[in-house]
Amino acid sequence: MARTETDIEGILLDETLTVSFTELTSLCGATGRVVKLMVTEGLLQPEGQQPDDWRFSGLEVRRARRALRLRRDLDLNLAGVALALDLLDELETLRERLRCLEPPPDRARDD
Amino acid sequence: MQYKDYYKTLGVARDASQDEIKRAYRKLARKYHPDVSKEPNAETRFKEINEANEVLRDAEKRSAYDALGSNWRAGQDFRPPPGAGGARDFHFNPDQATDYSDFFASIFGRAFKSETKDSRRRRGQDQSVKLAIDLEEAHQGATRQIKLDVPETGPGGQPTTRSKTLNVRIPAGVTQGRQIRLAGQGSPGHNGGPAGDLYLEIDFKPHRLFTLEGRDIQLRLPIAPWEAALGATVKAPTLGGSVSLKIPPGSQSGQKLRLKGRGLPGDPPGDEILVLEIVTPPATSDAAREIYRRMAEQLPFDPRAQLGV
Repeated sequence: MARTETDIEGILLDETLTVSFTELTSLCGATGRVVKLMVTEGLLQPEGQQPDDWRFSGLEVRRARRALRLRRDLDLNLAGVALALDLLDELETLRERLRCLEPPPDRARDD
Repeated sequence: MQYKDYYKTLGVARDASQDEIKRAYRKLARKYHPDVSKEPNAETRFKEINEANEVLRDAEKRSAYDALGSNWRAGQDFRPPPGAGGARDFHFNPDQATDYSDFFASIFGRAFKSETKDSRRRRGQDQSVKLAIDLEEAHQGATRQIKLDVPETGPGGQPTTRSKTLNVRIPAGVTQGRQIRLAGQGSPGHNGGPAGDLYLEIDFKPHRLFTLEGRDIQLRLPIAPWEAALGATVKAPTLGGSVSLKIPPGSQSGQKLRLKGRGLPGDPPGDEILVLEIVTPPATSDAAREIYRRMAEQLPFDPRAQLGV
């Protein structure tokens, strides 16, 4: 079995990164039309008025890719995807909160 | 190669109707979709469910599968009978076909090959991998080795595996669920198409002391009753070593103290939040019991005054 080792610098998709309409389209492997539909649905909220001026945050790359996978795999329409993603975001926030309220596992065992 | 029981995977009987199969598939797909599911093996399960559905939802493929007989058990050593799959032309979605098992390929192999003869130039699939990291790594930044087995097509067209090691920098200040994109490190392209990308998704391992909320870290800080009542200077751990901090007099359990900027770095950086937790000394000696008795006699105190009992 062949082996290779590579040093590599990735790009962190966080709130400090912005991507254009064309970049987002290619990162998602989607058509421009679908990305525009996601913006119309309020699923993505770019800054700027026209598609050519749109700037998406790095976080929206994950959101868009996730949306498209859910749409394809679960046969949802974009309104359904938008609802699912909003609920998933809320669920993640609540799970984080819950972890903060519960004592860490090893200390709980001491009680 | 192991036999796969597609009916068992979808949890339906061998004589299930197409409607029953569809219903079972839809329910499981929602449960195990990797973007939704918290099940530990969601990704694998989702692939298995899709493979089972790909076969059972289609009458022709289903009957080719059924023709293997019903005496097989899941996991049993399987060798395809001669002529399995026949010369029939099965159609598959080429984007998903790479995920299917050897067992699947042994039955529908012929059709598989005809798909790969597709001479269109296609970009490889993107891949996603969860990367479990420690809080300390997110605080300091780190370089992590990621080992991947990459399936490739060898010079003779046969599938081979290449082991690939990537040394990836984890920037300081990453938070839960953030993704790092490694361009061109996903599945190889077809017919000269570009490779897909690899997405690493940050997933924090539970920490011995701290819990995490965004960039804020939180710690339950145990204090003695007299430290809470009289105030005290105590030591508390932070990600950058221990610090001294003042407990104000009259503190109670559940009160929070905030150490500005002692969470994960960023703009703005997170804080460390200390939740005070008063711990009472055990009354295991005569002396200790005597002190508690004196407190009971001399301190007019009803902790349940608010309860109206």
